[in-house]
Amino acid sequence: MNWLAFIGNRRGPHLTSVLAIVFLFLLAAWLVKNFFVLHDKADFFNVFLIGLTTGSVYALVALGYTLVYGILQLINFAHGDVFALSGLFASTWIVSIFNLDEQSATLVLVGGLFATFLIAMVFGALINSTIEFVAYRRLRAAPRLAVLITAVGMSFIVQNISLAIYDVNFRSIPPLISGASVFDFRGVHYGWDAFFVVLVTAPVLVLMTWLVKTTRQGKAMRATSQDPEAAAIMGIDVNRTISFTFALAGGLAGIGAVLFLVEFNMRYDSGFQLGLIAFTAAVLGGIGNLTGAVLGAVLIGMIQAFNEGLPWFAPGPDWTRSIVFAILIAILVFRPEGLLGERTPEGA
Amino acid sequence: MAGGRLRREIGRLPGLEVVGRYWRRLPDRVAGAVPVLVLVVLAVTYPWYVESLPTNVPLINTFPSIHSSVTILVFVTMAVGLNIVVGYAGLLDLGYVAFYAIGAYTAGWFASGQFEQVNIHFGSIGPTGKLAGIHISIWLVFLIAGVTTAIGGILIGLPTLRLRGDYLAIVTLGFGEIIPQAVRNADKQGVGFNLTGGTFGIQPIDSPGFGQHLHDALGLPVTYQQSLHADRLFFWTVLVVLLVTIFCSLRLRDSRLGRAWIAIREDETAAGAMGVPLMRTKTWAYAIGAFFGGIAGAYIATFNAGAFPTQFDFNISVFLLCMVILGGMGSLWGVVVAGIILAWLNVEGLANIGAWLNNNILPSDHPIEVPKYSFGIYGTLIVLMMLFRPTGLIPERRRKREIEEGAGRGPIDQALYESRRADEPDGGAKG
Repeated sequence: MNWLAFIGNRRGPHLTSVLAIVFLFLLAAWLVKNFFVLHDKADFFNVFLIGLTTGSVYALVALGYTLVYGILQLINFAHGDVFALSGLFASTWIVSIFNLDEQSATLVLVGGLFATFLIAMVFGALINSTIEFVAYRRLRAAPRLAVLITAVGMSFIVQNISLAIYDVNFRSIPPLISGASVFDFRGVHYGWDAFFVVLVTAPVLVLMTWLVKTTRQGKAMRATSQDPEAAAIMGIDVNRTISFTFALAGGLAGIGAVLFLVEFNMRYDSGFQLGLIAFTAAVLGGIGNLTGAVLGAVLIGMIQAFNEGLPWFAPGPDWTRSIVFAILIAILVFRPEGLLGERTPEGA
Repeated sequence: MAGGRLRREIGRLPGLEVVGRYWRRLPDRVAGAVPVLVLVVLAVTYPWYVESLPTNVPLINTFPSIHSSVTILVFVTMAVGLNIVVGYAGLLDLGYVAFYAIGAYTAGWFASGQFEQVNIHFGSIGPTGKLAGIHISIWLVFLIAGVTTAIGGILIGLPTLRLRGDYLAIVTLGFGEIIPQAVRNADKQGVGFNLTGGTFGIQPIDSPGFGQHLHDALGLPVTYQQSLHADRLFFWTVLVVLLVTIFCSLRLRDSRLGRAWIAIREDETAAGAMGVPLMRTKTWAYAIGAFFGGIAGAYIATFNAGAFPTQFDFNISVFLLCMVILGGMGSLWGVVVAGIILAWLNVEGLANIGAWLNNNILPSDHPIEVPKYSFGIYGTLIVLMMLFRPTGLIPERRRKREIEEGAGRGPIDQALYESRRADEPDGGAKG
């Protein structure tokens, strides 16, 4: 098997780098060729904007994976299902309690949406930290795989809670944000509904970076993720910090879920696939790295949009999942630290 | 093996003291084999007495029909295969369903009219002898499916088995998602050549059988599908497959390779230092686990006379993992028992239990569809087992010790770890 030794051999990165460069070159060539094949060049930018919108939603979910992984080295499988459950919960509020629809007055609409965001956030945070409290906390000393298996189990439990409450039907909300253009430049159309997603995501990301970088709680999180024992000696309440991290991740998932509802329908199992895609984004950017998660999510969003929207040799939506998982496998095999992550001794 | 403990228990049963006295004098091997033999006889004769079993048992209603038992035993075979990967070698595989899919589709390719452009026959039986397509003798196809899947396992394993445990789990999950999707898309529209029949799958797949000559000479059935007792024949065949799998699994566990797997599971670094070739050993675990998954997949394909892309969900991987966890990772008999229980729940049990609960206990105006929540139930089982009994229902002795000491966190490891940290010039800072 010596001839295969180059695979995963990251001390001599020549072949991997060459492969990566060749691959990126082909990708660029494919994009350029597509650009020239398109009749309406504007479509290219439209597809790009779709990718940006999808990527923003992925970013919010991917951050949840990366936050939890950073602190516990645990892939929280249940995260995607927390996302779906909070989304379904939010749809109930929008449709049945606030009774928002496209005819609502602007003030009502803004207030209702804001309240929904808050509710979904708190709900997601509660669910996620409850999962940690009930299941993962007892397994702190257990082998890593035991916790991972538990996470898979929790994922199914949360998914079935959604199923029990909301049944198998897709839920949607009325088109609250109009699709009217923010700008329409030579056929490049950017609707308010898509802009709204970015408009919400960007400040949330800034806020979160501030929270993690400068606040006491954020510093406690970073200390705990570096070395829980040392953090505990320094007087940090490790359990509380971990709970807070789960709550933060769940809150981001809640916001992401409302944004997802603006664009798509949702049902009890929507979260699982989306969760895996978002997880791939987190791995692509470098798991544990917050900026990386956002970068990875936008890239994955773009890849998905280009794959589904371009005409020349694009495999199409049937293959999106396969492509995303192929990226996941390739990254884990060739560069487990991701695009922005640092090389860790455990990386291999 | 549990034989020793079982012997003592049986010897203590009231009224059996006399039997117990003779029982204890039997040599170990004989005495250990007796309970197994009894179970095998009970299983083999099951088709004859199943119809005389009571049909309104509280809670479970009826005992599994022969038809369901075939599916149950196929799943148990897969669980035993997965146990080699997860239980013996300690490699968490969340994409075992990929092997199941490869096995089923290999059977589809080599024993159906899928490739109608060609006309290849080799030892095929019955009226299929004149049909277009590739028709290899189904017994050979089982082997081909096993080998193809094992090769698939090696190909998946070679680049990925270096990865740390949880990364490996994710990569296998990735393959478990890619392969079913590839199978669903690989039709004329998707790849320009009808490889898998797309969403329609491959059907009909040839039935097992012995052909006209053996029928005339020995009275063996020509084809299973057209026999009067098709289900019985399928049942006995899968029973043989399962017993062979169990036997191989047992012998492998005690072999040099099996001991190497367990060494890797307990402490990979130490095993490597002792000269266990890590990659080769892990790849073998993958290949052998995949082999049995492939045979099981091929068998279910011939039993259903078709391979369909909807069969290969991520849920199946988790379902099989649940069997291994419930039974006890690495504990062969535990996995078999848990596999039978869970597979039965999935095929008939949950529906029966649900119906019984709705008729007898729950208020009649709000019936609960219990089977709908099957995966919530399996998920709950997984979490409860991991929290309260991580060693499983019938723990493997060695595994139990590992978990109780905390894998890789025994007192000695801890001491080593501490001293190593102290020796490092920078005080063991991470980085």
